[in-house]
Amino acid sequence: MQEAMKARAKELLADGSVNRVAGWKIGEFSYDITPAIFETAEEIDRDFVYDDFCGANLSKYLISQSRKEGKILVFLKPCDSYSFAQLLKEHRIIRENVYIIGIECYGKADINKIREKGIDGVLGIKESGSSFVIDSIYGEATVPKMDVYAERCLVCKSKKHAVYDELIGEEGDVVPSSRFDKVAELEAMTPDERFEFWRGELSRCIRCNACRNVCPACSCENCVFDNPNSGIANKAAADSFEENMFHIIRAFHVAGRCTDCGECSRVCPQNIPLHLLNRKFIKDINEFYGEYQAGENPDEKAPLTNFTFDDCEPSIVYKRGGNQ
Amino acid sequence: MQRIGVFVCWCGSNIAATVDVNAVTETLAKEPGVVYATNYQYMCSESGQNLIKDAIRDQKLTGVVICSCSPRMHEATFRKAAASAGLNPYLVEIANIREQCSWIHKNKEEATEKAIILGRTAIAKVQLNAPLIAGESPVVKRALVIGGGIAGIQTALDIAEAGFEVDIVEKKPTVGGKMTQIDKTFPTLDCSACILTPKMVEVAQNDNIKIYSYSEVEAVKGFVGNFTVSIRKKARYVKEDICTGCGLCTEKCPQKNVPNEFNLGLDTRRAIYIPFAQAVPKVATIDPNYCTKLNTGKCGVCEKICTAGAIDYTQKDEIVEQQYGAIVVATGYNPIKLDNFEEYAYSQSPDVVTSLEFERLMNAAGPTGGVLLRPSDKTHPHTIVFVQCVGSRDVSGCGKPYCSKICCMYTAKHAMLCREKYPDTEVYVFYIDVRTPGKNFDEFYRRAVEEYNVHYIKGMVGKVAPSGGKLKVQASDLLNNEQLHIDADMVVLAAAIEPDKSARPLATMLTASMDTNDFFTEAHPKLRPVESPTAGIYLSGCCQGPKDIPETVSQASACAAKVIGLLAKDKLTCNPCVAHSDELMCNGCSSCANVCPYGAITYVEKEFRQPDRTMLVRRVASVNPAVCQGCGACTVACPSGAMDLFGFSNKQIMAEVDAICK
Repeated sequence: MQEAMKARAKELLADGSVNRVAGWKIGEFSYDITPAIFETAEEIDRDFVYDDFCGANLSKYLISQSRKEGKILVFLKPCDSYSFAQLLKEHRIIRENVYIIGIECYGKADINKIREKGIDGVLGIKESGSSFVIDSIYGEATVPKMDVYAERCLVCKSKKHAVYDELIGEEGDVVPSSRFDKVAELEAMTPDERFEFWRGELSRCIRCNACRNVCPACSCENCVFDNPNSGIANKAAADSFEENMFHIIRAFHVAGRCTDCGECSRVCPQNIPLHLLNRKFIKDINEFYGEYQAGENPDEKAPLTNFTFDDCEPSIVYKRGGNQ
Repeated sequence: MQRIGVFVCWCGSNIAATVDVNAVTETLAKEPGVVYATNYQYMCSESGQNLIKDAIRDQKLTGVVICSCSPRMHEATFRKAAASAGLNPYLVEIANIREQCSWIHKNKEEATEKAIILGRTAIAKVQLNAPLIAGESPVVKRALVIGGGIAGIQTALDIAEAGFEVDIVEKKPTVGGKMTQIDKTFPTLDCSACILTPKMVEVAQNDNIKIYSYSEVEAVKGFVGNFTVSIRKKARYVKEDICTGCGLCTEKCPQKNVPNEFNLGLDTRRAIYIPFAQAVPKVATIDPNYCTKLNTGKCGVCEKICTAGAIDYTQKDEIVEQQYGAIVVATGYNPIKLDNFEEYAYSQSPDVVTSLEFERLMNAAGPTGGVLLRPSDKTHPHTIVFVQCVGSRDVSGCGKPYCSKICCMYTAKHAMLCREKYPDTEVYVFYIDVRTPGKNFDEFYRRAVEEYNVHYIKGMVGKVAPSGGKLKVQASDLLNNEQLHIDADMVVLAAAIEPDKSARPLATMLTASMDTNDFFTEAHPKLRPVESPTAGIYLSGCCQGPKDIPETVSQASACAAKVIGLLAKDKLTCNPCVAHSDELMCNGCSSCANVCPYGAITYVEKEFRQPDRTMLVRRVASVNPAVCQGCGACTVACPSGAMDLFGFSNKQIMAEVDAICK
């Protein structure tokens, strides 16, 4: 896969169809794969990586990259392509300046799950049938893929791309997903239990802003949290709960636009399951306004910024126990 | 530094009886920025206004807070007063301590505390107010009337008479509405068609009136003075301008078994039809649900027979877009469905009819040619039972909680007409109350009882059971406290009336408010009864509440007067409290344009300097202030907070919330 991608990228660079390539390279550690822009075949040969740690979603980088001179090639996994399509819908990406190669994806490994297996000092990852062979400074270890797939991959919603110009590998289908099970579990809690759960999770937040910076939906020219006029930027927290509101405000801001790519939880250094907040919104939108997948259909109107006669009345909040 | 003046109104005892106005004044005087605070008996009076004007001049006020009634009452008064004293009118804020405080609280201590909080909130807001200048927008001098019943007809005629153009959109193939189906009108018993058809003809002949029959409103954009309306002209498969209305096709069409809606399904019509003889426009219409040619491709009789060549099976719906300054809603009413009232056996026996069906059975143009015959065996009924309040004043949930208002009178009329035409008929009327408040109404009812010997019985009918060609009516006579059993030949149900089903989607299109029964709400129940709270939308007839013909016509004319008042103006003062976009923050994502009900937002490509001093072209939102109505939907939809509203900025609203929560 990696070699096919490299070859095609070099080909497109060579014939002048694209000027730059968005891909991945190894970061500080081998499992710490970072998005990167390549401008020459030499750079690609030297640094371009595509392996089972390449979870990072490249869509967001296209906002600034597509505004630059020339054309850029980007590799998008199915879930990344939804983010790309959503940004396209929001007029954030200049489509003419992007050439998309859709790549197949069957799931990416979660380094935390590998560490939980007692494997430290990871040097590399290889596929071997239904297992990963993980090379570490302590030697090789084999683990079943299902044990170390990221949560978002275990509940993958689609193996089908929302948008692409050409494909490497097989195009899949939208697949049934159990991604709302955990949300349903939280919904079944009493409000007090739920509050405790979220206080427990969110209290670990160190406000590093990684979730915001990686999120393709959080791509405002000027974020409210950086805008001195918003009244919430650089504000000293009045109490410990106020800091937690950051995530709730953020979830509201991306509601209806979040494609559930799961990048927020992937990059969180404190392992807060932030994607659950977004999934709660998605689940509610599905229930209130009918099934809706952000980024899926470029012409479909988003339920939160649209009105139809079948829309639920605001009183549904009370009917569903919101007055408790 | 702000210099804010606070003026607390007593509103006589309306506020002062429940709110300690002195305490409010003293407390608010201590708020930061407040340099002057006083209270007065009637702030809206001339002397009250002078108090404000003098304080603005003497104290050099930069902002004014008036603690009084709802801004809907006197905001304009106080803004004008401030303007005349040289203060920008948009630096005036109202704290509503009457409707939102004194009127809804009993405990003086609590009400006073709340009044202080509301005052403090307004002070917090006015600190952030900016002077605003109102612009102007032109008025399109044409009105749209939605619904071509007597209400719509009268409103259209009056507007046209004043020299303005009016379009009527009627969803049926002809104008006229319910009144065309009514036989006689109370309390004078003159023929309904005889008084209505001249008006229908007048509408057709008036050069200022254009009728879109068999058409519906598809979409409404814009705002008062400048609405853009899309009208769907449904395909009638007959060329309107060529058809002569000779009616030959309606006689030769082989599809004979179409229920005739004009006679409420009591007889049949053809698939191509003209609803009735005096229809306006007198043009045939093909019913696509029944036409053999349209459904199977075979037939074509009407096309062959039509000497004018008016038939066009390929006709398609057509969308017409038109500009209007004002829109009148005259969508009317319908009798309710009687599914919840099985005890009256409406679905079991054809001899149980609704009052409107009874009108058709009595009408010379009706299915029986005006001879009262039972629908089942076409014999003359000798005992007729009228049941009042079928679904009206019904709080059980089966019907409607309101009084349908017209049933008492039309039932008296029916009863009287029966006795007049057929003196051998026994007529019973079961009622809860007889309500006759109208000119010559009670006299009319008394005549039914005294001269025509109609048996009025206070009580409800419990059950109607069809048995051996008769209808066994079980009822109670509450005054004599006895159970009655009547073998009736016919039962007539005074079904409640409800707003037409098209009203609710229309209200949404117009952003006009409705009550829980789907009647349009008026801007003020007493003082602005023919206007909707949405500017430029007017209400005529039963869409606003149940009404008889005299009342409908009066309201229709009142409505026309309001429309004429608007159309007579060349320009309207715009609301300066409109949205604007901060281009440095705008992502150009289109969220705001997607939610804007007025189409006020467009996008422009604009060059911006980047932090690294390079230039970058970005797509940013731009609001047309003449089109924006300041609803604020965009400010909420905007993910980056780039959209804000003059006069109601996010910061002002947050300051208000902070002041309330302090």
